[in-house]
Amino acid sequence: MITTPFLFPLSAATLGAMAPFLYLAIGIAFGYALEISGFGNSIKLAGQFYFKEMTVLKVMFTAIIVAMVLIFLASALGILDFNLVWVNPTYLWPGILGGLIMGVGFIVGGFCPGTSLVGASTLKLDAIVFLVGVYFGIFAFNESLSIPAMTAFWESSYLGRLTLMDVFNAETGVIVLLVVLMALFMFWGSEQLERIVGKMDASKFPRWRYFAAGGVVLVAAGVLFIGQPTTTTRWAKLAPVKQQLLVERKVQIHPGELLSIMHDDRVNLVMLDVRSEADYNTFHILDAKNVAPDGALKLIGGLQYQSTNTVFFIMSNDETTATEVWKTLVAESVPNVYILEGGINNWLAVFTDATFKQNHASTMPADDYLRFKFDAALGAQYAASSPNPDLVEGMTFTKKVILEGKKGGSGGGCG
Amino acid sequence: MTAATQKPLMSVEQPSAWSRIFRRDLKAYANPYLGGILLGVVLFSNFFLTGNGLGSSGGANRIIVWLEDLVAPTHVDTNAALAAVAGGVRDPLDNWVVYLTLGTAIGGFASGWMNGRLKLEINKGPHVTARQRLMFAFIGGTAFGFGARMARGCTSGQALSGGATLSAGSWAVMFAIFGGAYGLAYFVRRLWN
Repeated sequence: MITTPFLFPLSAATLGAMAPFLYLAIGIAFGYALEISGFGNSIKLAGQFYFKEMTVLKVMFTAIIVAMVLIFLASALGILDFNLVWVNPTYLWPGILGGLIMGVGFIVGGFCPGTSLVGASTLKLDAIVFLVGVYFGIFAFNESLSIPAMTAFWESSYLGRLTLMDVFNAETGVIVLLVVLMALFMFWGSEQLERIVGKMDASKFPRWRYFAAGGVVLVAAGVLFIGQPTTTTRWAKLAPVKQQLLVERKVQIHPGELLSIMHDDRVNLVMLDVRSEADYNTFHILDAKNVAPDGALKLIGGLQYQSTNTVFFIMSNDETTATEVWKTLVAESVPNVYILEGGINNWLAVFTDATFKQNHASTMPADDYLRFKFDAALGAQYAASSPNPDLVEGMTFTKKVILEGKKGGSGGGCG
Repeated sequence: MTAATQKPLMSVEQPSAWSRIFRRDLKAYANPYLGGILLGVVLFSNFFLTGNGLGSSGGANRIIVWLEDLVAPTHVDTNAALAAVAGGVRDPLDNWVVYLTLGTAIGGFASGWMNGRLKLEINKGPHVTARQRLMFAFIGGTAFGFGARMARGCTSGQALSGGATLSAGSWAVMFAIFGGAYGLAYFVRRLWN
């Protein structure tokens, strides 16, 4: 179980056998909401693209802004962990080209996959045929991936977990408020179009929509006012539990255990070397990535994209910097994070012989400095960068690494 | 024609069981803002409780791969994209989005039935034949399915869910969908008007 300072989202373990029923219930509500909005009717859907009736835009953007303000309000109030919410990874060009193709399918066929499912379940023959087409199109795309160029394009322009906050370098609350205002402006424009092009009687639009709009703006302003939890506030909430792990040395892992994990195929090991670039170039463990202490979180990126068997190891020369990075990652809900016990200094002490120690002796006394002297910066070319796994045999240490289950959204809704 | 229409007087007082269950009064669609609010609350609920959004093409993908796995398991195991959901002993149907998809069909059916919209029909523009409408529905569906896989999600999984979580890529996909549809709308106006 991952401990986070938040109550939600629940983990698969918490949901247990209830999960399928929960998803089924959400699905029923989803289908119901689409159907009552008229999304089972292709005429109503296609009307959007001739400015006759703007139902599609109104329903979609209302849903987006309502869900958005609730998500970020829950996050601001500290009950929802946004780090564990599935945010679609950005693959820019496949997304844009795929979107354009979907647009063509929408106007030619009159549905999208979700709406055709609802149309089909209310016996609209055109929806049933569209749905068969969707299946055929998915089949065709999957098969097309056997062409290497297609796979290369599909995997291209990957930008990871990228939000509009990252793109515009703005606070979450600002983006939330701007999106709400943009949607309200589009609703206003849509109603003008419906009145002029669609010849609708504008006096029939309900009055309550003004109050609803005001309510959404107020909540968005509240999200901006409260602000999203920072790493510091997240750690403050977790510290009582997590500080204990540090004190009891439950997360500082003996070099021997790390070496055995390096050779364990079941584990996806990510080693983050948070020392200076100079130290890293001088000596580092094979396959460790060099990253600045404040860049570690960014490097890991979307937590949801990591497979469940991923284990993170943080290492500095001793333990001080690594411990700080560990706190940051733990506060931000990264699962399976450990510290290399005694850092690189201890690693070298364990995996080098007396001659090496004598030749590379240094008297650097300060904490978190490299206490070995190297004449050349050979990086990972030393024997101690990738010690023989058999060395673990004669060592005595307590195994401490435990793989935590995954919490929060797993995505896959799109794949 | 049923007995009810032949004997209108009787049907007023004693509608047959058939017409009570299946000939429900046709009700108007909900106000779009109301439908949107409901949809938004449903979307939020799933994110809040499970961390996942809504999806549709993902469920379709898993069902089609499941079918492929029944016919050609070796082929599924050797195609990376197919193996990712159904390789070896992996069950492509054992995923949340499959339950969600099943629910969507049930919810759509329930709403259609309750509101008198459960009716075998073809919705089409006035200038195309039923045959043409079905042909274009198939072509459009194929394009949509192909594009949805390329973009890793459709209007539900990308535009709606990614839109609400402010994913930059999802907003790009959403504008591309509307762009593609508006860009072509003029040229296919005979289909709908």
